[in-house]
Amino acid sequence: MAADSPPIRFELRRGAVTALPLAVAVGLFGVSFGVLSVTTGGMGALPAMVMSATTFAGSAQFAAASILASGGQPIAAVAAALLLNARYLPIGVSVARFLTGGPAARFLKSQLVVDESWAIAAQGKGEFDASRLIGAGIVLWLAWVGGTIIGVVGGEALGDPAALGLDAAFPALFLALMASQLTSSRTVLAAVLGGLIALGLTPFTPPGVPIIAAAAAASIGLARR
Amino acid sequence: MTGIWGVVAAIGVGTMIIKAAGPVVLGDRPLPPRVQSVVALLAPALLAALVATATFGTGQELRVDARVIGVGVAAVALVLRAPVLLVVVLAAAAAAVARLLGVA
Repeated sequence: MAADSPPIRFELRRGAVTALPLAVAVGLFGVSFGVLSVTTGGMGALPAMVMSATTFAGSAQFAAASILASGGQPIAAVAAALLLNARYLPIGVSVARFLTGGPAARFLKSQLVVDESWAIAAQGKGEFDASRLIGAGIVLWLAWVGGTIIGVVGGEALGDPAALGLDAAFPALFLALMASQLTSSRTVLAAVLGGLIALGLTPFTPPGVPIIAAAAAASIGLARR
Repeated sequence: MTGIWGVVAAIGVGTMIIKAAGPVVLGDRPLPPRVQSVVALLAPALLAALVATATFGTGQELRVDARVIGVGVAAVALVLRAPVLLVVVLAAAAAAVARLLGVA
């Protein structure tokens, strides 16, 4: 990116502008992460803000906060978050040849890949516009971190989380995130199995363990179609 | 609260490595198909587990309380294609009202 030729700058700006409407949604999502982090006892203010800045992946962060809030072990929160982020492995591979530069530049650019910036950069037929991905990624990162800060500050002023129904906000969020992942009959089957495994294990294992065990449901991907 | 920083660091570093693996190390060599199809199913499986435990779980107990009403309202809102934030606010409001009325 050293020599920003006009087309690159144009695509950067285009990515940023395209991301603006999504940035509003991502920002509000960040607000809810901030609020739940400080009200449900899962995270605390400063860890929530640092996590948004460094992890930049909504569902994994909500999963960690939810597991910690329910009294799960730290290792369970880490495992669940990283299993959820495993989907960024194939996503990273899909954009790999478009992210140019040395290892450090490619590392930094890869951190701006989230579901939304990836979708904005997609040109069809497996082609991606790296400048657009970067423009969108920066706007979305700012929205996510900014939203988290607002949520943390506002959340500390809120009252009893149960009286406000905030304990129902976690499952509602996960339901919305899950719905966006149900793209085939296999994903639906994996979700049903995952839910059943988690419910079945809850009475017998410490909180957090049932969620990690539900990853076993993904092994149906090994079966032939 | 001290363990929390270990969690933040482990998830942060782990996620950075996962995101960078393709662009920095693997290049655009595609993952083996079987790995790809298992990875594609991890998110739906884990998110469903989170829906189940966050709706019914209280420690190691399964309970039916106001959260179920909230999640039910969220499901209806999702079917009606409401934006995520509205879904979450409606769920919280429904659970709060149910508690206020002593229904659950």
